[in-house]
Amino acid sequence: MISQKPLALPTPVYYSCENIHTHNVWIMAFERGGALKERDTTMRELLSGNEAVARGAFEAGVKLAASYPGTPSTEILETLAARYRSVYSQWSPNEKVAFEVAIGASLGGARALVTMKHVGLNVAADPFMTFAYTGVNGGFVVVSADDPEMHSSQNEQDNRFYARFAQIPMLEPSDSQESKDMVLIAYELSEIFDTPVMLRMSTRVSHSKGIVELGEPTSGPDKKFVKDPAKYVMIPANARKRHVVVVERLEKLRQLAEETPLNFVEENGSKIGVISGGVAYQYAKEIAPDFDYLKLGMSYPLPLKKIADFIKSHDKVIVVEELEPFYEDQIKAAGFPMEGKKYFGSLGELSPYRVAQGLKEAGVLGEIATVEIPPEKDLFPRPPVLCPGCPHRGVFMALKKLKVTVTGDIGCYTLGVLQPLNALDTCICMGASIGSAIGMEKVQGSEKGTVAVIGDSTFLHSGVTGLMDAVYNNSNVTIIILDNRATAMTGGQQHPATGLTLMGEKAGQIDFETLVTAMGVKNFREIDPYDYELTLNTIKEEIAKPGPSVIITNRPCVLMPKRIMDEPYVIDLELCNGCSACFRISCPAIAASKETNEHGSPKAEIDTTMCTGCTLCAQICPTEAIILKSQFVKV
Amino acid sequence: MADKNYNILIVGVGGQGVLLASEVISDVAMNSGYDIKKSEVHGMSQRGGVVSSHVKIAPKVYSPTIEYGQVDVLMAFEQAEGLRAIDWMKKDGVAIVSTTVLVPAIVTSSKNFKYPEDAVGEMKNKSKHVIAVPADQIAGELGNPRVVNTILLGVLSNYTPFEDNLWIETLKKKVKAKFVDVNLQAFKRGQNIRLSPVEA
Repeated sequence: MISQKPLALPTPVYYSCENIHTHNVWIMAFERGGALKERDTTMRELLSGNEAVARGAFEAGVKLAASYPGTPSTEILETLAARYRSVYSQWSPNEKVAFEVAIGASLGGARALVTMKHVGLNVAADPFMTFAYTGVNGGFVVVSADDPEMHSSQNEQDNRFYARFAQIPMLEPSDSQESKDMVLIAYELSEIFDTPVMLRMSTRVSHSKGIVELGEPTSGPDKKFVKDPAKYVMIPANARKRHVVVVERLEKLRQLAEETPLNFVEENGSKIGVISGGVAYQYAKEIAPDFDYLKLGMSYPLPLKKIADFIKSHDKVIVVEELEPFYEDQIKAAGFPMEGKKYFGSLGELSPYRVAQGLKEAGVLGEIATVEIPPEKDLFPRPPVLCPGCPHRGVFMALKKLKVTVTGDIGCYTLGVLQPLNALDTCICMGASIGSAIGMEKVQGSEKGTVAVIGDSTFLHSGVTGLMDAVYNNSNVTIIILDNRATAMTGGQQHPATGLTLMGEKAGQIDFETLVTAMGVKNFREIDPYDYELTLNTIKEEIAKPGPSVIITNRPCVLMPKRIMDEPYVIDLELCNGCSACFRISCPAIAASKETNEHGSPKAEIDTTMCTGCTLCAQICPTEAIILKSQFVKV
Repeated sequence: MADKNYNILIVGVGGQGVLLASEVISDVAMNSGYDIKKSEVHGMSQRGGVVSSHVKIAPKVYSPTIEYGQVDVLMAFEQAEGLRAIDWMKKDGVAIVSTTVLVPAIVTSSKNFKYPEDAVGEMKNKSKHVIAVPADQIAGELGNPRVVNTILLGVLSNYTPFEDNLWIETLKKKVKAKFVDVNLQAFKRGQNIRLSPVEA
């Protein structure tokens, strides 16, 4: 049952360039960055791995950095834009474009940086693989920030394999200081060996802070683009010759891996040797500081001779690495005896405990002081939820009610899968909602309706081509673009439809209606997702229509760029009958009150410091017990 | 003298200011001559989920995360989150817990989950050194609900070796100019709260 629409539904406003400026957090960050800049060169600073990468790029004289936001990589470009304004930095619509923009800058003679989360490199894999053939002009570094344990990702693929796949060198920092230092080394390597270099970060390196000694910024090489089609135009005849160069280059890099101080031995007079790299090295040092270590900072190509010597000079050698047996398989294939993964496993992130446990199983550590984290007690879980006033909530309430199949995508709205909304059926990767809806509708038919939900930033990232498919192949899917005008899940970054660049400049702005209708979509509707009945009816109508439909919602994110707080609602406990309808919309501002109904079920109460006045709960309250705070006081 | 290890675990709910508090502690420790690493997870956890920050302070720090059972001081911004993390503490560790209660939607909308009746009491059953801080109430008295984390930092400062003026200088740097005074008051109020001699 739907009550009448509350009176105070606020008008939706997106923030344009003009009014966004006063609220944009990054503008404020620029000011802070300006103040700090003077002191930077002589300071030790507490920096996250990501901040340290940005600092490294600044010190290396990088001229251009491009990226698409993705946890745990996002703060690299944000830090550049906020603090190191001499580096031109930009968000691109997706990682592939970002990679290509950085290629252009490198070929144009400048040092270039491109950053992404691990799955972003899947999107950028096409230019990545062939740029390994052409090589660079200005130095080129690609940062892959992996997410072992999937803190904020759909898989935990180990991107170290990408370096081997493309046959390019990889550096693997284990803390913030190394993150900064290795960026500088990576640019040198890139220019000396004429190759893109991969810097492989992981969540614990990217998001942990440590003390970093800062250096002086340099200006980088001064080069121009030089016409060289045999090197830069990868037609088969040229590419065949370049592949030879790649193979020869790798041989030289193998030699470098043996000699570089990035791969160093720490001798403590132990008969036990540990080979490790990345954050796993830090865990091992914490647990067993007295073992001998071979620390791999340049971990592709591997220094197999150095490894062989290390293995020969120790009674037992254990490889400690996170995720896949990347070092281990190569060392085994080279025929050297060691052990590793059988003690540590390849699932999730390592921890000091897991390393201690593994070393104990391997028989090299006695009783261990550290203990395992026991399974969660019977305390309630606290999963992430859609914020109070989130414009996605109304759409998921409607989709749940309509019982349609909903293909989902990557963003805050993926939270629509969780209890009590339970309104999302699939989530694979960026942009997958539309393609998978098309396929599902083709085999299941359109009677019950197939709906794809996708955010504005994700739609521009890789949903547009899916929509093209829907038009081209006469699909009957309904696509809902949840346009909150921000890349919200990663912290509200700009994108091609927000009207602002990463560096805070006014920008060209994609208009969704123009884009979608130009592609030939006949059924295009804009709705206010705070209007529950309209949302419900519009989705129902569009599902019934033949051909692809696009519905776009028109409310901004309540957090970014401006915190939206309209007048809150309160619950009249005399009218509330404890039916729990408002509990089921999963709003963090609604909690159980101490009062109960005749069955002992709690009545609801609203935390007015959290309520944004979105009105959704008031619209579905069957007893009209939810009213504007000011009206309640008057009564 | 930077010769002892301090493992500090800060827990709370997304949006409560856990990360700012850990920034302040880290800065103070660094400026006191310690090595320091801190670790937290961004992203999904910020949407009202559990947020935790590990701060490791020692002459030389390797792992950025604290081992289970090795926390010297637990600082909890919410009762149930304090209870959830209590077993991370060393036997003689100190827990500083705000009496704040935040009940998530998953509890109110489902009969399968309950919010604990007395989370602070359950913490006290598990650990001898639990300091319950009515931080919301104190913040209310000071006229700014957002200083809860500074109050807790004040309490924490009683259990770390860092000098008062370092805390004060760092707070001045980290908060907006117009909120400096209220934050310094909040810090002082926190410093007046400590374990009674019997408990300690």
